[in-house]
Amino acid sequence: MSSIIDIQGVSFSYDYSPTLSQIDLKVAEGEFLGIVGPNAGGKSTLLKLILGLLRPQSGTIRVFNRPASQASRLLGYVPQYPSFPRDFPITVEQVVRMGRLGLGQGEGRWWALWPGRGSGADGDAVRRALAEVEAGGLAKRQIGSLSGGQLQRVLLARALVGQPRVLILDEPTANIDQRMEGEIFDLLKGLNERMTILVVSHDVAFISRYVSRVACINQTLVCHQTEAVDGEVIQDLYGESVRMIAHAH
Amino acid sequence: MDDFFSALMQHTFLQTAVATAILASIGCGVMGSYVVVKRIAFLAGGIAHSVLGGMGAAVYFGYEPLHGALPAAVAAALLIGWVRLRWRAQEDTLISALWAIGMAIGVLFIAKAPGYQADLMSYLFGNILLVPEESLWFMAALDLLLLTIVAAYHRQFLAIVFDEEFARLRGVPVGFFYLLLLVLVAVTVVLLIQVVGLILVLALLTLPAAVAGHYVHSLGRMMLIATVLGALLSVTGLALSYGPDLPAGPVIILLAGGAYVLSAIATQLLGRRRARLAATRGAWQGETRA
Repeated sequence: MSSIIDIQGVSFSYDYSPTLSQIDLKVAEGEFLGIVGPNAGGKSTLLKLILGLLRPQSGTIRVFNRPASQASRLLGYVPQYPSFPRDFPITVEQVVRMGRLGLGQGEGRWWALWPGRGSGADGDAVRRALAEVEAGGLAKRQIGSLSGGQLQRVLLARALVGQPRVLILDEPTANIDQRMEGEIFDLLKGLNERMTILVVSHDVAFISRYVSRVACINQTLVCHQTEAVDGEVIQDLYGESVRMIAHAH
Repeated sequence: MDDFFSALMQHTFLQTAVATAILASIGCGVMGSYVVVKRIAFLAGGIAHSVLGGMGAAVYFGYEPLHGALPAAVAAALLIGWVRLRWRAQEDTLISALWAIGMAIGVLFIAKAPGYQADLMSYLFGNILLVPEESLWFMAALDLLLLTIVAAYHRQFLAIVFDEEFARLRGVPVGFFYLLLLVLVAVTVVLLIQVVGLILVLALLTLPAAVAGHYVHSLGRMMLIATVLGALLSVTGLALSYGPDLPAGPVIILLAGGAYVLSAIATQLLGRRRARLAATRGAWQGETRA
């Protein structure tokens, strides 16, 4: 099968020290890829490179056979920290509707200046996306009144409403409790039947129950395998004395 | 106040002043709401103050100050927007510099303007009673331009003021719309300079929108309430200043400031009361369950 995300020899640095060096990674359609690694190991940076929000200093990233920056509308992104103020005067429904921007618009820079009107189909799509993440009752709520878990579901709906072919999530369960963590990953497992999923997490043991493959990133690609992650790899990744909890597959 | 209303019936200059206040409020409500939710009051302040450079140059070369204000405001908006997009790290220093440089240029031009010495105070603090009737058409045209662009691009504007990163992922040209937004803020600044002058513009741009923001959960409603509130505050300020012959601009600003402080205190108290009620209800439910 051909890969839909193709990363070759990518290195990236924000300033003097390299954040990522020489990353090679291919993702095939339909995969559920977990990206794990220590804090500041470059996981979020890798996602931003794939999304085309950052450009690598060397190497190439092709997404659906295009340069990454031209493929972002085919991707749905759920950020780790929402980059908006919580007291913004906006309802859940309006937030999710933003995920419809750019749909039905042609390619190229002139099309992007076309005003474009929202259509009736947008309303239906917003309702469906909210129902899919089990947040239908939140539509009229102000965004600041949501709990961490509810906000996460809404951001997931905003990513889904644009009919992405790949869903990219950065630590989707960092700010919510464990029971909810399981619910979100069950939801992702279901979505994986119709789209490719990339999820960043620091919790190797937890996500290996759900994902089909794990990529471990700590500046370089440390491991890259379908097998269970064993103690040795974890030590490579995080250094000494990491407590492993065995679990059956 | 009664004097004001009977005078309003008789004098066209007062009618013009009221029309000026209402036309300015439209820009102030719509663009002020964007400025408040995007938290770019400092940028708007930089644009407003550097406009003095353009007004001074216009006076020096013998044109209407207002005709210098519009190009200067647009130029300042593009320059400040470019600084923000390109040099994020030193944003505040650079904007402060542009703010002061614009004013310095304006003061030098005015000092050396040939013939009649222009009244610096009326540029700085506005004089709504001296607005000529022809200016109303100019203001109405600016309002129409503003409303047309906002109506056409409200989805894109909402996306960039709410979450720039996500807007970029959806293919919205963030840089273009950001600069367009600042240019519209610049147009609004020119509208408001007529009413309160360039020093006080910032207050009239942000305070009505901030008060509206205390009570509503959508940007559209915020704009509507801020427009109505801006018109009420400016006309009331004008009426209050008329009897004792006070300058209208500062009276309007004091009213707006007072409304904002009262509203902020009221929402704080309401919020605390709501939290206390919720907590006691929780405790009561806990007891009945036990």
